[in-house]
Amino acid sequence: MLARYKPYLQLAPLTAVLLLFVAAPLVLVVVVSFFRSDGFDTIPAFTFENYHAILSSGLTASLYLKMIKYAAMTWAASLVIGFFVAYFLVFHVRNRNLAIGLFLVCTVPFWTSNVIRMISWMPVLAEQGVVNSALLKLGLIRVPLRILLFSDFSVVLAYVHLFTIFMIVPIFNSMSRIDRNLFEAALDAGASRLDTLRLVVLPLTKSGIVMGSIFVVTLVMGDFYVVKVMSGGGSASVVSAMYDNVSTLLFPPAAASAVILLLILTVLIAILTRFVDVRQELVQQP
Amino acid sequence: MNDETEPSVAPPQEADAAALSSGRRRLLKAAAATVGTALAGVPIAGFPQIMKRDFQGITLRHIGVSYAVQREIGEQASKDLGFKIEMQNLDTSASITRFVTQPSSVDIADMEGWQVKVAMARGLLQGIDSKKILEFDGILPIFTTGVYEGRKISRQGISPYEVMYTDGPEAKKIVEGQQQWLTFLPQVFNADSLGYRPDKVGREVSEWKDLIDPKFSGRAAILDIPNIGIMDAAQALESRGDLVYGNKGNMTRKEIDTTIDALIALKKKGHFRASWSTFEQSVELMASGEVFIQSMWSPAVTAVLEKGIPCVYAPVGIKPNGKEGYRGWCNGMSLMKHLSGKKLEAAYEYLNWYYSGWQGAYVARHGYYSPVPRTAKLQMTSAEFEYWYMGKPAAEIIKSDHGQPIGAVGSVRDGGSLAQRFSNIACWNTVMDENQYMVQRWNEFKAA
Repeated sequence: MLARYKPYLQLAPLTAVLLLFVAAPLVLVVVVSFFRSDGFDTIPAFTFENYHAILSSGLTASLYLKMIKYAAMTWAASLVIGFFVAYFLVFHVRNRNLAIGLFLVCTVPFWTSNVIRMISWMPVLAEQGVVNSALLKLGLIRVPLRILLFSDFSVVLAYVHLFTIFMIVPIFNSMSRIDRNLFEAALDAGASRLDTLRLVVLPLTKSGIVMGSIFVVTLVMGDFYVVKVMSGGGSASVVSAMYDNVSTLLFPPAAASAVILLLILTVLIAILTRFVDVRQELVQQP
Repeated sequence: MNDETEPSVAPPQEADAAALSSGRRRLLKAAAATVGTALAGVPIAGFPQIMKRDFQGITLRHIGVSYAVQREIGEQASKDLGFKIEMQNLDTSASITRFVTQPSSVDIADMEGWQVKVAMARGLLQGIDSKKILEFDGILPIFTTGVYEGRKISRQGISPYEVMYTDGPEAKKIVEGQQQWLTFLPQVFNADSLGYRPDKVGREVSEWKDLIDPKFSGRAAILDIPNIGIMDAAQALESRGDLVYGNKGNMTRKEIDTTIDALIALKKKGHFRASWSTFEQSVELMASGEVFIQSMWSPAVTAVLEKGIPCVYAPVGIKPNGKEGYRGWCNGMSLMKHLSGKKLEAAYEYLNWYYSGWQGAYVARHGYYSPVPRTAKLQMTSAEFEYWYMGKPAAEIIKSDHGQPIGAVGSVRDGGSLAQRFSNIACWNTVMDENQYMVQRWNEFKAA
């Protein structure tokens, strides 16, 4: 008798946590997104006004376009860097312990806070910063480059710096599982190193790439702080617009905007997971 | 003393209803006098001894923005009062959200006028009995009567006077005109203006239109808190002659559109180098030389000066043609509804401590003002008071609160005396009726 309920009992704590801290707040957000707001108070109602305002606004489109642009650029850069860092660690460092050691070194910057890592770019990129002074000294430029800071460049740079690790980890994980014998087989079959990379390694790390992409894309789409600081306030994001709403207590429009972002990201992730069986990826293969 | 510029107004009413009140006040003055101005910062030993027993174990949580709710002030208050004051800082939006969503986790809410309006609409506050505020008659009339230096204060935006009074201890609604009960007790205030680097700009700036002067293209920054950023933009457009606003603090949709369209046009031309939303960011932008002119707060100018970099707080007093003027703001303390009994009594002790002078002197050295200058005066050297409150040339080197010299002998504070600044307020920080629309359009400017 007890045996029948045992699995449920084991599941209960996690279920309770998920219901309480994930499902319940989400339901609340959805409910509030239909409320009305008069600037001073939030009034329970059932109105599509908030959704209508968001979906019919040119602002929404331009915010999403901007964030998609950032996400795409960050994704491409972190994919290239992440793939080759992982490749190097897995296939070029012969000593397994050294590889793991180097892998841990990759995570060292993450022992400090996000904010500090981002803000430390400022003295590097500023008009009188390290990069500009160096270029001026070398005589490569006459006037300091102003595009380095408070621009799309600085935003994407910060994203890549902050989020590439989330690409490295899953790719590293997938690559570690590749059977080394495949390389010998490829070599015997006459494949060049590039062919091996393209025809053997890439397909076998697909799942890691997809996982990393999910991390990077959702992190960028959900960001408002990096955009705010690194663009010098010159650029807005979907979430920063939400934040501006919340800051003047316009909870219902913010909630509606959150629901829309959630739906878009869910669809995006659903599409991405078409390419890979995440469940299988997480289970240790025999 | 020159009556014209003396900021403290109403003569102390010795025939005050509460005999205790004037007695206490005399004691305060006597104590402060004996300690002497040289020891400013060591206030009023003696009187808190009685309270120390009464309020043991009580902790008051005072929550608000970092420039109004300062840790040092809380520590001094705890020391003087004998019970614990816990200061907690949140940004403007996070603090009002906290008051609204978790009112019982706050004892004393530190708010601006427009936030009082929000809090009152939601019934979060209880009335403050002005009869229990010992220095109530010392509060500048900007707040109590809405008249200052013979001029009615501007009613563009939400002035502190307009939201200060309520109908009774239950604080059901805001009432205009003097009442016994208060929604909030003003504690720190100032006028915001433009700040600029005189070494880079090369001339005096006294008009808002300089913020959008093409000469400073790529070298200007604007405040990115939508409610007040748009007012700075409006000041600049009005100054340039683009349009005249009915009420910069409560624009019509058409006025909002005109303002934002102009901002977007400027941004497309690369006029704004950045926009800032925290005090520190504004200091960094100016000190690093990225920006030459921007919306700025007076203490941020002080902070740039402390780094040894020249910076001026533009004197944008109202011109004879009625243009220009500062944007005023005021933070005050409100008592949350749940306070009662001993805790409520302690809260009143705390409010009275705020007006006893130490805080007024402390904030003055940061470039702010206390609504009760007459007690602040007792806690400052006369040179300090003359410099900060009266706008007179410095008789000695003026030091910041951190001991850094920020004013040479003979230098004058930018913007002049308290009276000059505050008889020149064009508008007050606000939340507009068209707020939702405005925030949306502001984001279009940000995303452009």
